[in-house]
Amino acid sequence: MPVSSAPVEQLSYEQAFAELESIVTSLETEQTSLEDAIALFERGQLLAKHCQTLLENAELRIRQLSRPEEEDAEG
Amino acid sequence: MAFTADGCLRRPPLKICLKPKMDQQLPLFSPAALTVSELTRYLRQLMEDDKFLQDIWVYGEISNFKRHTSGHIYLTLKDSEASLRAVIWRNIAERIKLPLQDGMAIEARGYISIYERDGQYQLYINMIRPAGEGRLFQEFLRLKERLAVEGWFDLERKRPLPQRPQKIGIVTSPTGAALQDILNTLRQRYPLAEVVVAPCLVQGLEAPEDIVRALQDINRLEKPDVIILARGGGSLEDLWAFNDERVVQAVANSPAPVISGVGHETDFTLADFAADQRAPTPTGAAVMATPNKAELIAEIQTLCNRLNHHFEMILENETSNLKAVIHRLARVSPLWKTQNELQRLDQFVWRAERAMQHQLDIRRARWSGIEKQLQTLNPLDVLQRGFAIVSKSDGTLVRSCGDVEIHDELNIRLSDGQISARVTQKG
Repeated sequence: MPVSSAPVEQLSYEQAFAELESIVTSLETEQTSLEDAIALFERGQLLAKHCQTLLENAELRIRQLSRPEEEDAEG
Repeated sequence: MAFTADGCLRRPPLKICLKPKMDQQLPLFSPAALTVSELTRYLRQLMEDDKFLQDIWVYGEISNFKRHTSGHIYLTLKDSEASLRAVIWRNIAERIKLPLQDGMAIEARGYISIYERDGQYQLYINMIRPAGEGRLFQEFLRLKERLAVEGWFDLERKRPLPQRPQKIGIVTSPTGAALQDILNTLRQRYPLAEVVVAPCLVQGLEAPEDIVRALQDINRLEKPDVIILARGGGSLEDLWAFNDERVVQAVANSPAPVISGVGHETDFTLADFAADQRAPTPTGAAVMATPNKAELIAEIQTLCNRLNHHFEMILENETSNLKAVIHRLARVSPLWKTQNELQRLDQFVWRAERAMQHQLDIRRARWSGIEKQLQTLNPLDVLQRGFAIVSKSDGTLVRSCGDVEIHDELNIRLSDGQISARVTQKG
């Protein structure tokens, strides 16, 4: 599989995790050139670290649903 | 009249004794009087044999509430016209969660018997519910059955919950403890989520409509991955809004899957049956909605291990491939050829040296033969035998008389020296 070039720090947990999963799968199942394998491995490690950092540093984001706008408009 | 060991009447012939027929003549001796105990036991037995009195619900208001140090509870149930003494034994009293007090209207379930010492019949209570709950519960069952028939609770309607929800909607009271329980649990388990709270009333006449509106708004405006519908514990009446038909339909029709966490473990509402998943409590609903952080980290670790393992395998594979290629390369490389050639060259040199030596030997042998021959031809040897070599002054040898003229200077070489002479005569 081609190695994505998107900056790892900008990925969401979901995106990073999904990419990590597919990297592992492709390393396991596809014939990969050494150069690609190294690139995949390095990116996989970055992704794993990113996921862990996100999990450990995340703060639950809470907000209250604002009342529908039409009510405001009418009121 | 006799009693068995456990105090029960063996035979009840007393009926006849106690109800003498008026038309009968009084016997000569009036029958022996019953003791108070005997009569009381008889009455007690009478009540305990009555199936109706052995399992009844009684509605009344509590008065004279007293909790004895032994743990038993004594109270009187009354209404405007009558009162009934009642007992709750300790083992049952411990299980009753309702905080009982004077003036409270309750429905109590139990059996009627007699406390012999006081000759007092009483209700021995084994279950208590708030007044009105019986009626509510009947209504609950009827509505549940109808909605079930209409298909609102069908299993085919249930949707799977997302494994890692990015946006979690919460429909509950903004001030209740339930919301704080949920938020605390989410913080601990899955802080990655975005949480949107749709506040609504959870109790009272307006609550069902408000819950429906909150469910619809949050679906329409936020499209959450999952919705938690929650409320803290309370009586059946408190939770009644969650049995409302409109709420049940809104839950079943919600585009996002709904987890209900209403009341406590033992509380069931119709919204629970309509929800995609029912959790025992609000906290339980938050747990159900999310993966656990610790599990997620373990999941990443597992992926990392697989990544490392397979990368190592690829590296090992590549290394052994590389070794094989290097080996093959060495066989075809110029270096390999040169080494080969060098060896051949060595062999040539060695052969050449041997050939040269041979030639030299041959030549040397031939040379010594010639030397001997030369020795025999040496003219000086001839001079020793008395011959002389005569040459003219210009060095030319004199071989005949005709070679010289009179007066020519001659040089005569003998074996031990030379003599100069002049030609005086020839011929």
